[in-house]
Amino acid sequence: MDIKLKNKLYDKSFYVVGLFATLIGLVVLLTLLINVAIDGFSRLGWQFITNYPSRKPAEAGVLSAWVGTVWVAVLTLLAAFPIGVAAATYLEEYSKRNWLRELIEINITNLSAVPSIIYGLLGLELFVRGMNMDRSVISGALTLAILILPLIIISTREAIRAIQPTIREASLALGATKWQTIRNQVLPAAMPSILTGTILAISRAIGEASPLITIGALTYVAFLPTSPISSDFPYISVKGLFDPFTVLPIQIFNWVSRPQKGFLINAAAGIMVLLIIVFFMNGIATYLRYRYEKRIKW
Amino acid sequence: MKRIVASLLIMIALSFTITSHAAQLIKIDGSSTVYPITEAVAEEFQKIENGNTRTTVGISGTGGGFKKFCAGETDVSDASRPIKPTEVELCKKNGVEYIELPVAYDGLAVIINPKNNWVDYMTVKELKKLWEPEAQGKITKWNQIRYNWPNKEIHLFGAGVDSGTYDYFTEAVVGKEHSSRGDFTSSEDDNVLVQGISNDNFALGFFGMAYYEHNKDKLKIVPVDDENDANGKGPIIPEYENVVKGTYQPLSRPLFIYVSKKSADKQEVKRFIDFYMKSAAELSKEVGYISLPNTAYELVLKRFEKRVIGSVFGGHGSQVGVKIEELLKKE
Repeated sequence: MDIKLKNKLYDKSFYVVGLFATLIGLVVLLTLLINVAIDGFSRLGWQFITNYPSRKPAEAGVLSAWVGTVWVAVLTLLAAFPIGVAAATYLEEYSKRNWLRELIEINITNLSAVPSIIYGLLGLELFVRGMNMDRSVISGALTLAILILPLIIISTREAIRAIQPTIREASLALGATKWQTIRNQVLPAAMPSILTGTILAISRAIGEASPLITIGALTYVAFLPTSPISSDFPYISVKGLFDPFTVLPIQIFNWVSRPQKGFLINAAAGIMVLLIIVFFMNGIATYLRYRYEKRIKW
Repeated sequence: MKRIVASLLIMIALSFTITSHAAQLIKIDGSSTVYPITEAVAEEFQKIENGNTRTTVGISGTGGGFKKFCAGETDVSDASRPIKPTEVELCKKNGVEYIELPVAYDGLAVIINPKNNWVDYMTVKELKKLWEPEAQGKITKWNQIRYNWPNKEIHLFGAGVDSGTYDYFTEAVVGKEHSSRGDFTSSEDDNVLVQGISNDNFALGFFGMAYYEHNKDKLKIVPVDDENDANGKGPIIPEYENVVKGTYQPLSRPLFIYVSKKSADKQEVKRFIDFYMKSAAELSKEVGYISLPNTAYELVLKRFEKRVIGSVFGGHGSQVGVKIEELLKKE
């Protein structure tokens, strides 16, 4: 066959294969979404997100679950983001290439593939029992923070590595210190990619049920953590961190396994609430990413 | 875009500000089978206490629940079988004394596909022949159980091996707790078993009767004969009367809560248990279980008030064919 024709054929066929691969993901996602929406849409309403769980499917809601999920997500982010970015910056910018760094690198990569229930066992022994934090919001958040730390470190390192060395050299040549270079050039430029990686990690954390069940997050919780903002002096309270909690995936998991059909509908509606929260968080990340990208001017 | 960010920030702010006042806390964990009853009681209890007492209920499973209970981490433990020797040891080591309170009965249902027109009943012997470890890879066809059943493959479905349901079924049918053939479809989620059996004409499985009650249109129940006329003659199905009278044997079992003695001295736990015993008859029925006779709840409450420590089962785990009332009267 004419070589030109052959290349053209390859070109076309790769296009088809690529399109097909993209469609598989989309079709699966759409089927899931439509399936869940058909089952759960009728239950989704103000009552559903402001009611506590109940034995009666029609009266049951996800208030304690979604508030718990937001608490855990925010605390996980506060714990994992600074540590993850700092660790990645150290590995990329400061550490020397030696056996210790190799060892750390291999371990981080391996950790990201450890089943999440193992992190639950770690959290149970370390935070719940070892540090006596009980089965509280903070124990759950720290457990999930450890779970997503490897993901944040890996994606942050990729992001930092993608910044051209010329930028660093230019900054250093102008008399900036190493820290000034990192603080003012490298991190801001890498921030959009770091945020993308972080939000993917947080989305994963939000969907986890097994490590939280292991540390003893509960299923029936008909109250909310104590508010961090109080009307009395000193106006800020950390008591909420040590309150018991539940999250959406646990509530959904419990409803799915109940015999009454009403609970299966509730589970579908719960999945929609979870999807909406993940969607919102992705939205924020996209927005921040867009703002950071606009700010970079070299 | 800005609107989305704003509304999310409002949502986060809201979630941090809406809150109830701090109160006493009752911590409960354990069996997911007992969970619906305890959830119902906790829900009603919280209403009458006006939010002054908080109750949390977890689903770590009977074994997982006892681990936390015996470490002194919970006040009450839900259990779908009596406490086992290893758990008794653990409790003793940590100085946790407990009061055992039966709260309801559950019947295990043997289930087939509605299109199955050959099975009219099964004996416990036939079930044993089908489920014992030696049957693995050997008893694979319906006509191996009874000669006039079809020469077709039999597809088995059962509760997950970590569940109290599996422990009890194996104890009752095979005669040894936690021992059965391994070549069956198992799931911790009973709805998966319901789906599997309703789509397979040659299926047979077992699970809690609440799942049968809510899926009667898709499933068919098998009457079980234990060939012991003292427990009622002939094959029997798990209906209210049969379970309460103890004639659906050996597949009906009592469900329990265990209360830590130390916690029992707390006023809020006392009120909770008192309320539990008074409402369990109605609420256990409502969530799909079989309540104990009313006189039994009075005996159980007395047991609690007298702080009777230990298990009437001697700490040996699952036991088959017990009538709660008789056990309680012995004291």
